[in-house]
Amino acid sequence: MGLDVSFDIFIVIDLIIMSMLLVVGIALVRLNNLFAVVMLYGVYSLLAAIWFVSLDAVDVAFTEAAVGAGISTVLMLGAMLLTSREAKPTPALRRWLSLGVVGVTGMALFYATFDMPNFGDANSPANSYVGLQYMYDTITEVGVPNVVTAILASYRAFDTFGEVVVVLTAGLGVMLILGIGTTRTRDGESPQSGDETTQSAPPVTTVLATENHHIVLQVVAKILIPIIVLYALYVQFHGDYGPGGGFQAGVIFASAVILYSLIFGMDETRRAIPAKVVQFGTALGVLIFGGLGLVTIAMGGKFLDYDVLTAADPILGQHVGILIIEVGVLVTVASVMLSIYYGFAGRYRELKDQDW
Amino acid sequence: MIFVVTIMMTAAMAMILARLLRGPELYDRVLAVNSFGTKTVLFLCLFSFLIDRPDGIDIAILYALMNFIGTIAVLKFFRYRSLDIALAQMALRRAVSGEDR
Amino acid sequence: MIDIMPYLEILRYVLAGALLFGGAVFMIIGAVGMLRLPDFYARIHAAGITDTLATVMLIAGMMLHSGFTQTTAKLALVAIFLFLTSPTATHAVANAAHKAGLKPRLGKVQPPHPRDKMKGAK
Repeated sequence: MGLDVSFDIFIVIDLIIMSMLLVVGIALVRLNNLFAVVMLYGVYSLLAAIWFVSLDAVDVAFTEAAVGAGISTVLMLGAMLLTSREAKPTPALRRWLSLGVVGVTGMALFYATFDMPNFGDANSPANSYVGLQYMYDTITEVGVPNVVTAILASYRAFDTFGEVVVVLTAGLGVMLILGIGTTRTRDGESPQSGDETTQSAPPVTTVLATENHHIVLQVVAKILIPIIVLYALYVQFHGDYGPGGGFQAGVIFASAVILYSLIFGMDETRRAIPAKVVQFGTALGVLIFGGLGLVTIAMGGKFLDYDVLTAADPILGQHVGILIIEVGVLVTVASVMLSIYYGFAGRYRELKDQDW
Repeated sequence: MIFVVTIMMTAAMAMILARLLRGPELYDRVLAVNSFGTKTVLFLCLFSFLIDRPDGIDIAILYALMNFIGTIAVLKFFRYRSLDIALAQMALRRAVSGEDR
Repeated sequence: MIDIMPYLEILRYVLAGALLFGGAVFMIIGAVGMLRLPDFYARIHAAGITDTLATVMLIAGMMLHSGFTQTTAKLALVAIFLFLTSPTATHAVANAAHKAGLKPRLGKVQPPHPRDKMKGAK
């Protein structure tokens, strides 16, 4: 295939993907059934990930894949648990008003695109100043093949520290509003079975003996959960070389725990990973991250300047530093995701059949 | 060759999307979302062949694992209206209360 | 003694192309089935084609195409995970629909929806 043909190929695929995105977006606005909306969000994230890959932003696509399909669906369902199943119709006046606001904003953004540099323009600000320097210097200064990881964890480590604190703040907010599900009273139970639920779940064997339609799910989940955790570790430690890193690995790890709790229940999950541990973990990750910064200051460098960590070899110091802060990011992100999930899942509310 | 297969894949994805939007049952939608996820995984593999960057396959592996969780969550929530309870326990409770559908 | 390696190489690409193309065709067939078949239980059959045969053919084709590299191993992982998750999810959907009382459509008769039946009982 010639070069001009291969150029056309990506235009075609981009157009198809973007038109599908448009269709999904319009359908998201039009649908009233919130279940369908949650599922369409999943599809939107799938399409967005493809689009990011086609823009060569593999790390962004990886984050989208980690968050979009699994955890955001679960958390949105958890939010639905606290609201209703159908969207309420909006009054006509407000509908037109919001259409006007959206239209004006959209036109302004569209107008702004004329000032933006072309995609891949060599003279654009992103490709000229500090970005170019990062691209040139990463191999000699940090020694990590994936430039995104080098920028995120080394050059801009202070920004990343801010992001981790933002994640922690989000987790704290959800914990303050919803709690973490430790001190809930499960008064919504149906009366004839309320005695067997609160503390001790019945052993699974007795259930298997009676009537259990979920045995396939249980077996597959038991196979899958270790694989997912293993994959999270792969993403964590392979982040220097390929797409991935602490943020994605944390979300994947949390997804494994969520899968466990979906199949085997929250009581079992709380026994495996108590809420106290989760609460501790949210702060521990930030402590590791910030603590490393203080260590580098104590060793005579600047805040989060990993060169001083090993006296002989700055590149090795960079590797060690990136490894440690990625662990901090992993711990905080996984714990915050789990604490949000615990918070939502702990808000048990029995919906009656006539409610929906 | 891979390009033609990729375009065929997008055609299949568009059809699944149409089924997803039409419904009519929630279960149709769940089935369509799951099918769409499978197709996205394969599309990502093909696409990373097309752009010659094997990183796309890492994302495909991730989606193959994550898509399952979303499907199970939707089903469980739709059936039991709770994220909390173990599936085995629900089966036991149905058996105890004699409710058999 | 003729050198068969170049022929094997050609055969590999031809076989890869055939597998990829066949997989794509089955994918389209499955998608058309998802769109056109009359009710939920019928559509599961269409989903089954895409989940098993088309997936295997496409991934086998890609593995042949890539040769013996790290990509091949990753593709094998994709195949294994898809084979674990996708039929399980389909099973879960079918099981849930059956437990919820969704009846298959037989002949031209559309069975009553479980929601309507529930309303009638109350």
